[in-house]
Amino acid sequence: MSHHYEALDRRPVLTPFFLLMVAIAAIGTIFLITRFVAGMGAVANLNGGYPWGVWVIYDIVVGTALACGGYALAVTVYVFNKGRYHPLIRPALLTSLLGYGFAGFGAFVDMGRYWNGYNIFLPWHMNTHAVMLEVGLCVAAYILVLFIEFSPTLLEWLRKQTGWQVRAEAWRKLLDKGLFFFIALGILLPTMHQSSLGSFLIAMGYKVHPLWQTLHLQPLLAVLSAFTMGFAIVIFEGSLVTTGFKRHPETHLFTGLGRIMMGLIAAFLAFRFGYLILMGKVGAMFAFDLGSVMFWIETALFAYPLYVLASPVMRENGKHLLYAAVSMILAGSLYRFDGALITYNPGPGYSYFPALPELIMTVATIATEIALYLFIVKTFPVLPREAHATA
Amino acid sequence: MDRRNFFKTSLGATVASAAALAAGGVQARPNLDPAPEAVGMLYDATLCVGCKACVSKCKEVNGMPPVPMGQDTHADFALDLSAKTRNVIKIHTEGKGAVKDAAADGFAFEKRSCMHCVDPGCVSVCPVSALTRHPMTGIVSYNKDACIGCRTCMTGCPYNVPQYDYDNPFGQIVKCEMCNQKGVERIDKGLMTGCAEACPTGATLFGSRGALLAEAKRRLALKPGETYAYPRGDVRKPDSFHEKAVPGYQKTVWGEKEAGGTNVMHLSAIPYDKLGMPPLGERSYASISEGVQSTLYSYLALPVVALGGLTWLVKRNTSGEKEGGAE
Ligand code: SF4
Ligand code: SF4
Ligand code: SF4
Repeated sequence: MSHHYEALDRRPVLTPFFLLMVAIAAIGTIFLITRFVAGMGAVANLNGGYPWGVWVIYDIVVGTALACGGYALAVTVYVFNKGRYHPLIRPALLTSLLGYGFAGFGAFVDMGRYWNGYNIFLPWHMNTHAVMLEVGLCVAAYILVLFIEFSPTLLEWLRKQTGWQVRAEAWRKLLDKGLFFFIALGILLPTMHQSSLGSFLIAMGYKVHPLWQTLHLQPLLAVLSAFTMGFAIVIFEGSLVTTGFKRHPETHLFTGLGRIMMGLIAAFLAFRFGYLILMGKVGAMFAFDLGSVMFWIETALFAYPLYVLASPVMRENGKHLLYAAVSMILAGSLYRFDGALITYNPGPGYSYFPALPELIMTVATIATEIALYLFIVKTFPVLPREAHATA
Repeated sequence: MDRRNFFKTSLGATVASAAALAAGGVQARPNLDPAPEAVGMLYDATLCVGCKACVSKCKEVNGMPPVPMGQDTHADFALDLSAKTRNVIKIHTEGKGAVKDAAADGFAFEKRSCMHCVDPGCVSVCPVSALTRHPMTGIVSYNKDACIGCRTCMTGCPYNVPQYDYDNPFGQIVKCEMCNQKGVERIDKGLMTGCAEACPTGATLFGSRGALLAEAKRRLALKPGETYAYPRGDVRKPDSFHEKAVPGYQKTVWGEKEAGGTNVMHLSAIPYDKLGMPPLGERSYASISEGVQSTLYSYLALPVVALGGLTWLVKRNTSGEKEGGAE
């Protein structure tokens, strides 16, 4: 509804920052072309022991968790019926759509035999035991669902374009009839594939460091971390938008999200520590090798938001909430990076450090997402209208 | 169901499924059993003289060029498995590296090629069934027309066997297919594997998994220093024998039980981890992973029920809103 959301269309799109993002994206495109012409080896340091590098681990494993804002808010608003968070939904859906869209794109770039990619949709090829099949199908479906969930924003814009009013209205009516079903799907699908991103690590067996190899607990820890990161991203993005566009802060809403986050972080830490202690892995925690050091850095990053959010004073403060969210984002990202890449060890003889072009391509992906985000919030009614945002 | 009850129920369901998973998976499956007519190889590192005849033969059989070293192109200098090499002989040295098969100051050879796992991780994780275990022979083969190049098989193989050709824009996975892939089909034709046929000492022996395991156990039961007539070629109908003193073997056959066992088994006089064998228990990671997946997804029952519940909730929680509220 147009009186709830507004496009920041009085602001210019072509700012110097925007152009910088576009420039980074352009450099990335050169390497992207190289990858398809000369093969992955020309731009990436992947090898026999490390078949997955920053592309898979950042773009998909971490990137989709960073795109869980739409998921986390959908659960809050539609499952727990907390309507007051409604104004945050559109920007969250937009980041989710961009994040997942680029995860899909990243998967395609990393897919060695992309021309066979459609095989995952053919029942006679499917291996239903494979976590990768679940992730592939589920992420593909969720990108579509996110697009449908976001489409009211596009239709609202379309309605204002001359000659489109009637059609936009009709499509909107049609959409309204089924939207609840897609919202439900939009809650189920991330629960499925986010847990699978944890299950991935089970089959990697001993290659995953004992502090991250939690076998049967992998799916639960992955979902919990995705959820928490989703809330953290909503707070982080909201704070940036507030500062960047000098808009009214939404602190009171973030405080509420912070309280939910607190419970989830506590649950995550309890399950993780409980499992590690039960499985007799305390020794590994205090080995003070790479794994144990990373483990404690992570734990500190998880604990800090818990500390901030437990304090009734700090969690009402926009600055502290932002710090807590950043810490949580780092914690969750590191949790996934550590297990799947940094402490991943396929055995002697193999090592991996990303090549420069490989890193640039990932940075270019992020730059493209930022550029698209800026363009979209300045064109389409995504952000909550000022007066209502603080109502 | 009011909100609070729903919250409790769903929290309860989460904890219950977590507990079920933690307790070993409701539908955990055991390791797979060996295929009924499993064929394989036995590599006895103490018999290997490092001649690499098997490496050359493997290249010849599979139509792959040798890996040169500088100007030297007449022999194969492959140091490890790669998209150009399905089989390699590696040398392990320790200290002075003077005595063969001694743990201290010794050296030992090690053959690396696909182990043809009984419960193969690569097959379990491949989303499009490009890797398959033959129902009768247990041979693990690859179909490049199905493969999407996601390289999950490389992460799921405990031995880092599948190799992707990163330097080719149209690359593929390369791994030993027991000389039985389309166009080679040595096993179907009644031949033995190329590497076993080429091996002059019988260090690489071909045969059925059962016969090879029996042969391996026979060797382990011998006293070090005794003379034993080692067979060459196919253990069930050896081409020849050669007599040699029995070394002090490690007391287990690698591949009898490790991660569900393998059809290509190894014997060694020095600890297997020194030869680069991974730290594996008896349970295959494939069985654990599949247990978790089927607990969560068998017949999609759980997701469908969840979707039903979610749809009901979302519809209820959006119906109060006016036109356009449900976004
Ligand atoms: S069985 Fe054939 S493909 Fe496999 S290592 Fe031996 S010769 Fe090479
Ligand atoms: S050794 Fe690796 S590639 Fe060979 S069957 Fe086992 S898991 Fe598959
Ligand atoms: S790279 Fe190919 S064979 Fe390996 S898991 Fe992916 S689709 Fe299967």
